[in-house]
Amino acid sequence: MARPPLERVVGRGCVLRGDDIDTDRVIPARFMKVVTFDGLGEHAFEDDRAQAKGNHPLDDPRARGAEILIVGRNFGCGSSREHAPQALLRRGFRAFVGASFAEIFAGNCAVLGLPCATLAPPDLAALMDAVELDPAQELVLDLRAGSLRSRAGSAPVTIPPGTRQQLLEGTWDTTSVLLEAGAAIDATAGRLPYLREFAA
Amino acid sequence: MRDGGRPCYLPLVSDAQRSERGPRASARTLLDKVWNLHAVRELPNGQTQLLIGLHLIHEVTSPQAFAMLREMGLRVRFPQRTFATVDHIIPTDSQLRPLSDALAEAMMGELERNCREQGIQLFDPASGHQGIVHVIGPELGLTQPGMTIACGDSHTSTHGAFGAVAFGIGTSQVRDVLATQCLAMARPKVRRIEVAGKLASGVYAKDVVLAIIGRLGVKGGIGFAYEYAGSVLEAMTLEERMTVCNMSIEGGARCGYVNPDETTFAYLAGREFAPKRDAFERAKAWWRGIASDAGATYADRVELDGRTIPPTVTFGINPGQSVGVDEAIPRLDAVPSDERPGLEEALAYMDLRPGEKIAGTPIDVAFIGSCTNGRISDLREAARVARSGRVAPGVKALVVPGSQAVARQAEAEGLDEVFRAAGFEWREPGCSMCLAMNPDKLVGRQICASSSNRNFKGRQGSPSGRTLLMSPAMVAAAALAGRVRDVREVL
Repeated sequence: MARPPLERVVGRGCVLRGDDIDTDRVIPARFMKVVTFDGLGEHAFEDDRAQAKGNHPLDDPRARGAEILIVGRNFGCGSSREHAPQALLRRGFRAFVGASFAEIFAGNCAVLGLPCATLAPPDLAALMDAVELDPAQELVLDLRAGSLRSRAGSAPVTIPPGTRQQLLEGTWDTTSVLLEAGAAIDATAGRLPYLREFAA
Repeated sequence: MRDGGRPCYLPLVSDAQRSERGPRASARTLLDKVWNLHAVRELPNGQTQLLIGLHLIHEVTSPQAFAMLREMGLRVRFPQRTFATVDHIIPTDSQLRPLSDALAEAMMGELERNCREQGIQLFDPASGHQGIVHVIGPELGLTQPGMTIACGDSHTSTHGAFGAVAFGIGTSQVRDVLATQCLAMARPKVRRIEVAGKLASGVYAKDVVLAIIGRLGVKGGIGFAYEYAGSVLEAMTLEERMTVCNMSIEGGARCGYVNPDETTFAYLAGREFAPKRDAFERAKAWWRGIASDAGATYADRVELDGRTIPPTVTFGINPGQSVGVDEAIPRLDAVPSDERPGLEEALAYMDLRPGEKIAGTPIDVAFIGSCTNGRISDLREAARVARSGRVAPGVKALVVPGSQAVARQAEAEGLDEVFRAAGFEWREPGCSMCLAMNPDKLVGRQICASSSNRNFKGRQGSPSGRTLLMSPAMVAAAALAGRVRDVREVL
């Protein structure tokens, strides 16, 4: 199944400060008692938002409709739950920009066509300040150019090259890509002694 | 737990430098060997299409994957290499059907239907083999050295204890493995972590891994597989090695492993899905061959002295925020400036005071169980402590065996009676209060001494609940004292 190539994400930003924000916080486990991902969007960061009593960045009216979530270091650590990026996707986010991302989270995002782009710490700090000051400004995450443009200027971003290529080519539907290997899958399996029960 | 004086990193030849010289067939890591054996092809984007030798599934992260498979008109490619159990949502007070929670019952029904339609073996409560997915894979002998293993659960890293390369994945990747028995993955670098010396009495595998994460941080492992080695790891049982590998992900490493050795082979001998007789001998020869070669190069090396590791307790909201039980909670000015906001947030949430010792912190709940510490050896160590007293008034104490097999063994040894006599509740197997997707949850601001793996905000089911991670013996000691206590005073 071909997907549309993703050249850029254009939209407003929402700044979520703090390092090591885990996926239990993105979507608490009690909302995972479901057999589809529908309806997860409304529960994104539910407990953090309740504790912030209306002062959570996601509840800032100026951030309504934001498409780029701007985060700190090791965002998405902990549980492998794809429910986390699914909830953020259903809340309207189309890309993540931060200092670093936990690997399982980044992998889940890649399969969903959601770029996780990293910025150098000074650029990230400047971006966070600029967006908090002027949340209405348009941000452009340009995958081909490898940059994030804001009113403050343009900063280079890094996206793992494999993921970037998949997004640009529209080949991030991994199942289709993996199926193309066809008989090579069985050939590899056939070479593994444990899949032949260590027959003599 | 941060070590100020000693250098953490001994720079060695990096992978990049090594590849410039060309591959050296004579000295490779286990990760490289297993990776190459399972590589179906290099993908156009530079990742590897990696064959997955064993796929484990459970009820929470698989239903959407099966639905996507149906939408695509595909079937499970290798159903005979896919095994299922139910662990996250199952209640631990009664496993009788229908489950008391209608949502949980629906998820269980969905798993049963998917397994039936696709010809996948399901270890449900009636099978006698139900349990936490990372407990039953090893105890059934499904987990073996040299395999690639995937499961829609971040603690899949547990299986690395056998010298397997085991990845936690998301649901779309579960779909990939169901449909193709493959994953698209980038090869991680390998960091060798050597724990030298030997552990003091009252110090356990849990303390070792908390010390490692305390040293390297919760993001230190991003991009790495951790190879655990050294005399402490060599002396560990397989169950102890599982505890260490289990928490690799808490250090940011997607997988961690220990090279297979005679301890590994002895554990596997006679297990239901392990090779038998002559095949077992051939398997041993192959397993020996996939261990890292002496002289293999690593992207990074770290050394810890096992003799200096104390019983360790977390005080914060991630598993890297820990101290020795007789140490004080750090002050803000004791950590690097970039860690201060995180420490400040942790202390505010936990309502703990910097400069005070963690020992003595009152607890409300004690939880012994989980894929980290829900195995028979964990229960034996906790029971040793439980024999010495009674659960303190006002403390709710739970013991949740990791599997039905663990429960049977514990009951045969009379451990259930030891726990009950001391005032603990003896429950049925499941993930229970590790993540609270079942009725076992903290209430309000309760503080829990827990043998599980995550002290994240809200992790144990109450949005304001608090978790102190520690070894099962330390949890038992805390349950009896009603406060965090150094288990060495009890043993």
